[in-house]
Amino acid sequence: MIEIIETANKEALEIIQNGQPTLVGLGVAGEVIPGMAKDLFLHAGPPITWDKMSGPLRGGVMAGLMYEGLASTPEEAAEYAASGKLRFEPCHHHDAVGPMAGIVTARMPVWIIENKAYGNRAYCTLNEGLGKVLRMGAYGPEVIKHLQWMENVLYPVLKETIEIHGPIDLKIMIAQAVQMGDEVHNRNKAATSLLIREIAPSIVKTSFSDQDKIAVLEFLNSNDHTFLNLSMPAAKATLEPAGKVEHSTIVYTMARNGTEFGIRVAGLGGRWFTAPAEIIDGLYFPGFSMEDANPDVGDSCITETLGIGGFSMATAPAIVQFVGGTPKDAVRYTTSMYEITTEESRAYKLPPMNFRGAPTGIDIRKVIETQVLPVINTGIAHKEAGVGQVGAGIVHPPMACFEQALEAFVNLLEDEGLLEE
Amino acid sequence: MSVNDLFKQELKVINLGLKSFQNDLKSQEVTVVQVNWKPKAGGKKNMLDLLSKLNKVRK
Repeated sequence: MIEIIETANKEALEIIQNGQPTLVGLGVAGEVIPGMAKDLFLHAGPPITWDKMSGPLRGGVMAGLMYEGLASTPEEAAEYAASGKLRFEPCHHHDAVGPMAGIVTARMPVWIIENKAYGNRAYCTLNEGLGKVLRMGAYGPEVIKHLQWMENVLYPVLKETIEIHGPIDLKIMIAQAVQMGDEVHNRNKAATSLLIREIAPSIVKTSFSDQDKIAVLEFLNSNDHTFLNLSMPAAKATLEPAGKVEHSTIVYTMARNGTEFGIRVAGLGGRWFTAPAEIIDGLYFPGFSMEDANPDVGDSCITETLGIGGFSMATAPAIVQFVGGTPKDAVRYTTSMYEITTEESRAYKLPPMNFRGAPTGIDIRKVIETQVLPVINTGIAHKEAGVGQVGAGIVHPPMACFEQALEAFVNLLEDEGLLEE
Repeated sequence: MSVNDLFKQELKVINLGLKSFQNDLKSQEVTVVQVNWKPKAGGKKNMLDLLSKLNKVRK
């Protein structure tokens, strides 16, 4: 008697399996992201107001204000952010995703990803590298200077590069990377290398100075996480059309704003189901411990929502040196994710799992029934604004998000008269 | 094989349920595999009710 749900889920999974995320170019957020404006800052996770934002989110907002020239000191920035002159909305409400704090401001350059199968687009800023960076809540002068270099050198060179090269099929690139030891959330070494190999000749062909081209190549090569800001919008572009399938119990968004974790379910439209975000169990950098950690933050678990990232950890055994655990744990995580998903990816095949496809299509019914929670690997930001990353580890969404969603789903079917008495 | 013969061999135990049984055997150096099992919906009645309602969706 559950045909309506099964049919809807099959349709949602077909959309996800057929997605063709493709890098089509770069643009400036204020010009290409739908609804973007100078007085609007996008952030990671479900909706949140300034007074409820945690340290890294506040730090990211303050860095954004100084970068935009709307404040000249951290104090001025904090005052401006609290004044009500600035609007805050989730990246996810604007076809975008942002790692960690996920702050996107109008001036920031973004990658443009198009799902060629369905025509929808997704956007993400360019990765800043590790250490003291805006996405981890740092806002010092070196952070702002680096963002300006990204806008003035990195962005124009990469924009012209993609114009020369033409569109890049990210589905194929991710499929290759997951067979080379990446899971494309916290390990992007292979994917970044593949990207550089693909675009290096086009970088050389651009009209910029040798000095700029060298600087861009050196930066891309120095930052293993370059590809994260492509795997995330690739996942977002793939999942978004599935979010419109009525009566489907498949999760199409998981995201955290540093205070709350939120999920969205296809059959329940744009509604968020939230609960307090958890503290991460992981490996901390020297001098830091769990006491320094901010709760879970960032849109990057859109990768897990698609079945890569933590769901495919078995294929990236080396990642345990970054997030903790053993390669055996990584296989166990991936194996358990098949319990709560609907299909195996036809594109993303995992060699250590005998080339099984990545576990794809989280079903809220299965999460509740088995009590197995999605597994996410993630960076850890310091709880105070201005400090930056302090470690990386493993975390789960709160079960309450799935319980609320299941209740709402049953209520919806009752309201529509679809349940038998 | 008689029961007595069975106990003369090395025991290989699969434990389903309380983890304390696994710990007791481990402390006696008996090889034991703990099955990762939980009651459906963790035994939460309100969640079980919701799941059962979804089995009554009209065609």
